[in-house]
Amino acid sequence: MTSRKTALVLGGSSDIGRAAARAFAKAGYDVGLAGRDVAALEPDAADLRARYNVEANLHKFDVLDTASFDGFVAALPALPDVVISIVGLLGVQQNAESDLAHATTIMRSNYEGPSLILGLFAEKFLARGAGTIVGVSSVAGDRGRASNYVYGSAKAGFSAFLSGLRARASRGGVHVVTVKPGFVRTKMTEGMKLIGPLTVEAPVVGDAILQAVEKKTEVVYVSGKWRLVMLIIKTLPEAVFKKLKF
Amino acid sequence: MTLVSGWGRFPVVDSDVLRPRSFAAVGDAVVAGSVARGNGRAYGDAAIGAVRTIGMTGFDRIRSFDPATGRIRLEAGVQLADLIDTFGPRGFLPFVVPGTRFVSVGGAIAADVHGKNHHCEGGFGRYVDSILLRTGQGQTIEVSREQNSDAFFATIGGMGLTGIILEATMRLRPVETGWIRERVISASDLDAAMRALDAGDAATYSVAWIDCAARGRDLGRSLIYLGEHASRDELAEGAAAFPVGKNPNLAVPVDLPSMTLNRFSIRAFNELYYRMGARRAGGSHVVSLYPYFFPLDAIADWNRIYGKRGFLQHQCVIPERNARAVLGEILDRVARRGDASFLAVLKKLGQGDGILSFPLPGYTLALDFPVKGDILNFLDEIDRLVVAAGGRLYLAKDARQSRATFEAGYPALPRFNAIRKSLDLNGAIRSKLSQRLFDEV
Ligand SMILES: Cc1cc2nc3c(=O)[nH]c(=O)nc-3n(C[C@H](O)[C@H](O)[C@H](O)COP(=O)(O)OP(=O)(O)OC[C@H]3O[C@@H](n4cnc5c(N)ncnc54)[C@H](O)[C@@H]3O)c2cc1C
Repeated sequence: MTSRKTALVLGGSSDIGRAAARAFAKAGYDVGLAGRDVAALEPDAADLRARYNVEANLHKFDVLDTASFDGFVAALPALPDVVISIVGLLGVQQNAESDLAHATTIMRSNYEGPSLILGLFAEKFLARGAGTIVGVSSVAGDRGRASNYVYGSAKAGFSAFLSGLRARASRGGVHVVTVKPGFVRTKMTEGMKLIGPLTVEAPVVGDAILQAVEKKTEVVYVSGKWRLVMLIIKTLPEAVFKKLKF
Repeated sequence: MTLVSGWGRFPVVDSDVLRPRSFAAVGDAVVAGSVARGNGRAYGDAAIGAVRTIGMTGFDRIRSFDPATGRIRLEAGVQLADLIDTFGPRGFLPFVVPGTRFVSVGGAIAADVHGKNHHCEGGFGRYVDSILLRTGQGQTIEVSREQNSDAFFATIGGMGLTGIILEATMRLRPVETGWIRERVISASDLDAAMRALDAGDAATYSVAWIDCAARGRDLGRSLIYLGEHASRDELAEGAAAFPVGKNPNLAVPVDLPSMTLNRFSIRAFNELYYRMGARRAGGSHVVSLYPYFFPLDAIADWNRIYGKRGFLQHQCVIPERNARAVLGEILDRVARRGDASFLAVLKKLGQGDGILSFPLPGYTLALDFPVKGDILNFLDEIDRLVVAAGGRLYLAKDARQSRATFEAGYPALPRFNAIRKSLDLNGAIRSKLSQRLFDEV
């Protein structure tokens, strides 16, 4: 009997993390969920087992504790086929403007940690000669905006890391996917004014990630409309852009 | 405060809306005047807290599933759509489904929803074995037929008023396929329709769609849909045992002007629908469970068809012995008015299980009306006929009945309220509906 494929979700307790885990489990993958609070993830693991009759296991992971990364990867029972980083922190822009500690946490949670851990997996995957890496970045990284440039700049760094990694890793049989979800109705965006037609539900993102992995897509804007919106935003001249309020 | 309404978009009222992320946070969210909300498919004000509305759809995890018995433990926010998509292909479906699959398990328990099989298999609550309930006193208790059984039977059909349902254990129905063998019968008037439903008592599923624009000799002309779960060998060669359920790909993007629905368009629609159905009548054929059970789910946000001011559903049940005369009278008044819905549904119900469950042995009629003109007075008149016949209205659809109508229809209310009181503290659990209909003032 051939063993099943495995997917490891970093940031498993987020809404998108849960949705991605469900999408992969539904497609027959065994799933690992990694997060800070392992006990809080147990019901999600039970959910995957009950729904899809797959294996689901839990791993403690803190994206800010970069010193633990080597040990985290070494302690995994097996190297997964797919690793997905959903970790991120929106934070509060206004606070980040004056509170350096908060700004640092946003930057580290969205850029430093996710990049380092995926870089580490990339080394292992390249040594094996196979594997897929998925980073959930953001349309906010396509251009810094007055209203959230601390978060956006960290996502921009992450997107750049992923595209460089993709260029290098593809030669070694390793595929890298960048996902830019746009507005997603999750606990992160709760209470925010989202533009209806540009907003998707978390399961749509989960399915899009699975599809991108299976079809070897490189950069995914979950709602196609975002590609156009961001193209326009990216090409606005700086003189115009800085006058816009958003 | 946020403006909130039910599926009928009437009334629209203020309530504080919270979506807690853990059971502990649910407890913390409860203040005096709170009620749980599932997916908001109740038409009126049942799922709106007097002060605070606690959204439960985030609780959508399956705790455990036993494929040998079909027993499942799940969180209250799991939607039937999700259950069907996940466990259908594994050979299990809910025993009871209402006319839309976008309802939560918590909402289905709280309304003790009925499906097309109520006449022979009972309501949603019959397949629920136990419930984890967060009461208004701040305790979390397990209730079942054996344990805290008063609270259990008050929670089935209790419209969320005994507390917040966190989890439930229930049984799923083993099925060979996700297809239904359907038989359509056309009935030329109300007598024929009722006879056809009576004759369909042995069928697992039965329901009649009535042309409520038809008058005079045609009054009550209907199409009766009977259904059975299809076995594998009834499927066409090569057909998948389980059909694919599509998400709605049609949506009503804006509120249509209320002009769109008028006596002419409704008449024309009904005429066409009846003729097309009558042509299919007689034979039997196999259809996917999705259009069979959930014909309206194909169009998202269809409630906008009725315009900005919203609409009302009037669903009554009339005890068997009085049904023919009263239903005839109601249908006649509706047909004379001319602006009735294109959705009129007649079906038979059996005995309900919960203390406040809507079903009783008889016939239930559901009609939609746009909110306009003298509709409230008109429905009050219909209510008088219902009360005189010993009938009642369905709370999950109600937005406007009077206290007197409600009290006459639900004689077990004092018992329900006594149980509710024993679980509650300082009016913690109260909805706009309970305030309107039966909380002490
Ligand atoms: C198109 C359509 C067709 C329908 N067809 C039928 C039908 O055939 N048969 C039928 O019986 N009904 C039918 N209904 C009504 C629907 O099944 C019920 O209103 C059901 O309760 C809706 O579930 P919900 O999750 O949307 O709950 P909501 O509308 O959010 O809430 C309904 C009630 O349940 C309570 N509730 C919800 N979640 C919880 C919880 N976790 N704990 C405690 N209480 C809770 C609320 O307080 C409220 O009283 C239909 C509705 C629509 C829109």
